[in-house]
Amino acid sequence: MALPQTKVDATEARLSGMEQPQGGWTALARGQALARVREMGLPARRDEYWKYTRPDTLVSAEAPSAALFDAQETPVFGEIDRLKIVFVDGIFDAEASDDLTLEGVTIERLADVAHADIHWALDLYGTLEANGQDPVQRPLAALNTAFATDGVLIHATGKAAKPISLIYRHASETSDVILHHVIKVDAGAEVTVLENGPAAARFNKCMEIDIADGGTFHHVRAQGRDHERRAATHTFARLGRESVLKSFTLTANGVMTRNETVIELTGDDAVAHVAGASLGDGDFHHDTTVFITHDAVNCESRQVFKKVLRNGATGVFQGKILVKPDAQKTDGYQISQSLLLDGDSQFLVKPELEIYADDVACSHGSTSGAIDEEALFYLRSRGVPTGEATDLLTLAFLAEAVDEIEDEALAEEILDRIGSWLLRRRAD
Amino acid sequence: MLEIKNLHAQLEEEDKQILKGVDLTVEAGKVHAIMGPNGSGKSTLSYVLSGRDGYEVTEGSATLAGDDILDMEPEERAAAGLFLAFQYPVEIPGVGNMTFLRTAVNAQRKARGEEEMSASDFLKVIREKAKSLKIDADMLKRPVNVGFSGGEKKRNEILQMAMLEPKMCILDETDSGLDVDAMKLVAEGVNALRSEGRGFLVITHYQRLLDHIKPDVVHIMADGKIVKSGGPELALEVENNGYAGLLEEVA
Ligand SMILES: Nc1ncnc2c1ncn2[C@@H]1O[C@H](COP(=O)(O)OP(=O)(O)O)[C@@H](O)[C@H]1O
Ligand SMILES: [Mg+2]
Repeated sequence: MALPQTKVDATEARLSGMEQPQGGWTALARGQALARVREMGLPARRDEYWKYTRPDTLVSAEAPSAALFDAQETPVFGEIDRLKIVFVDGIFDAEASDDLTLEGVTIERLADVAHADIHWALDLYGTLEANGQDPVQRPLAALNTAFATDGVLIHATGKAAKPISLIYRHASETSDVILHHVIKVDAGAEVTVLENGPAAARFNKCMEIDIADGGTFHHVRAQGRDHERRAATHTFARLGRESVLKSFTLTANGVMTRNETVIELTGDDAVAHVAGASLGDGDFHHDTTVFITHDAVNCESRQVFKKVLRNGATGVFQGKILVKPDAQKTDGYQISQSLLLDGDSQFLVKPELEIYADDVACSHGSTSGAIDEEALFYLRSRGVPTGEATDLLTLAFLAEAVDEIEDEALAEEILDRIGSWLLRRRAD
Repeated sequence: MLEIKNLHAQLEEEDKQILKGVDLTVEAGKVHAIMGPNGSGKSTLSYVLSGRDGYEVTEGSATLAGDDILDMEPEERAAAGLFLAFQYPVEIPGVGNMTFLRTAVNAQRKARGEEEMSASDFLKVIREKAKSLKIDADMLKRPVNVGFSGGEKKRNEILQMAMLEPKMCILDETDSGLDVDAMKLVAEGVNALRSEGRGFLVITHYQRLLDHIKPDVVHIMADGKIVKSGGPELALEVENNGYAGLLEEVA
């Protein structure tokens, strides 16, 4: 079907100013990705998949500028022994980064190795993204594959000695950044990747993760809270037999965030948990879009998303579990909940189950509610002031999501971050 | 300790008068009991005193150790020394019982300008008090009242009371839903807290709790008012003759 002319025009307007890195082993994938972008067209307001989130500022030719924000807080993950890789407005900062050597993994930068003729990531770069275009199109991810200027290529061959921490700093009010990471976890290998920071005025990030049999991948990210920053991120993962993926995202403020996670469970007994806590105070928009495909026997998937919203914030959750005909004994769970701290905020949800196997246990639920007045009074009657009591109940609301972080020290970091966000907004 | 004068209260939402002139004084060191038929306003009195939303005081006053409490926020009343053991303790998923108690103890200390209790001191004290109420470590770790049996919830109320050391304790039907053993435990917990500086107001429907917590004064409440007061023998009268006879007598 031919694209509507308006979509073609909008897409070409975006593409016109962009330059594709040339040559090397990524050239083919980039060329194909560009063709996909042209075939699909960039997201437009009337697209079904963008019903609750306006894509215009994510696809416009120019990134809307975003003021820098002095967070005045110690950066997250500060207490964690980790290997730091710093990007400032998408540009690698060697000075601020650690040496990229770590036991159990090899780490390279896309921009460093893109000129080579051959690379282990050849089979993966753009491949999981391309697979993830069906049945739902994700043109911003194809745009990313075609134009990414840098990123990291992580190959875990054993147990990584410590977490790899990607730090995204924002220094220019007009930065428009595209990064693409590829992570390959070998059979039985294990690695943890951390991400934090506002990254840019507009950030398009894609992460492709291929986990072989028995491999484990942990992912914890805290999206920076510059009020005016925008981000569209995609996480594509393919899981082999008995492999494990656990991904948690904290999103605090930021005018526009669209996080898409696309997971394919292709080996029996694989486990995928994706969770998130989202804090919006003001005219902020947080969209969590998840698509999990069960294509093997006895796999488990969990989606746990909690959003705390006030002062005009909007939370979106689109979550789908697709169970293919042979994916018997699937255990699928999905919960999305919002805590609306006032009447100005809204939570828009579209939970979906599509099941073609008969022996499965899948459940999903979604709720939206205010602070429990009974519980609040109970706490106050014990002497806990309203503000502190509200915070305690808010943390309790978020607990199921934060509990998905397996590592206690990382969970502590995230809780600290949530705690300080709440403290700044203390109502009493 | 607690002085209630001519207290009138109605529901905020509808024009329904529930407390119709309650007069009651509980002196420090004394245990007063309130008995009365269902719907007479006993729980409402406890809620109005502790500051729950939804009630409007239209007349009268209530003071705690001389301070007007009706204008205070619930947390201020708590810090001033008022404690209500709820008839229906609230479940709070996601908040650990221990965290809840420590937050409460320290919030009250802070409000009174006292030093916060250290984590280790707190642990020592709570372990000891929990033990005497047969509350195990697991109950302390679990979310507040979630999955607790009726008896566990009530014991948990008494544990909170023991930790917070209030000046004035109001117990709303703490005996309801308890078997004999659990009631004894609760009564022992209360009795252990009886002291010269502390007042108790024990609301109960039945006389049997008062076998274990011996009251100094018993009041009968009916239709939003105290209709009769007397010694412990009044509770026995209720037990033997029911409220009907008593209420006829005062009508
Ligand atoms: N929030 C409320 N909404 C409607 N009616 C109420 C409310 N609170 C109390 N009442 C009414 O007030 C009366 C007294 O109730 P309550 O104080 O619970 O009595 P008791 O504790 O003595 O059984 C009852 O008729 C009850 O239905
Ligand atoms: Mg009652």
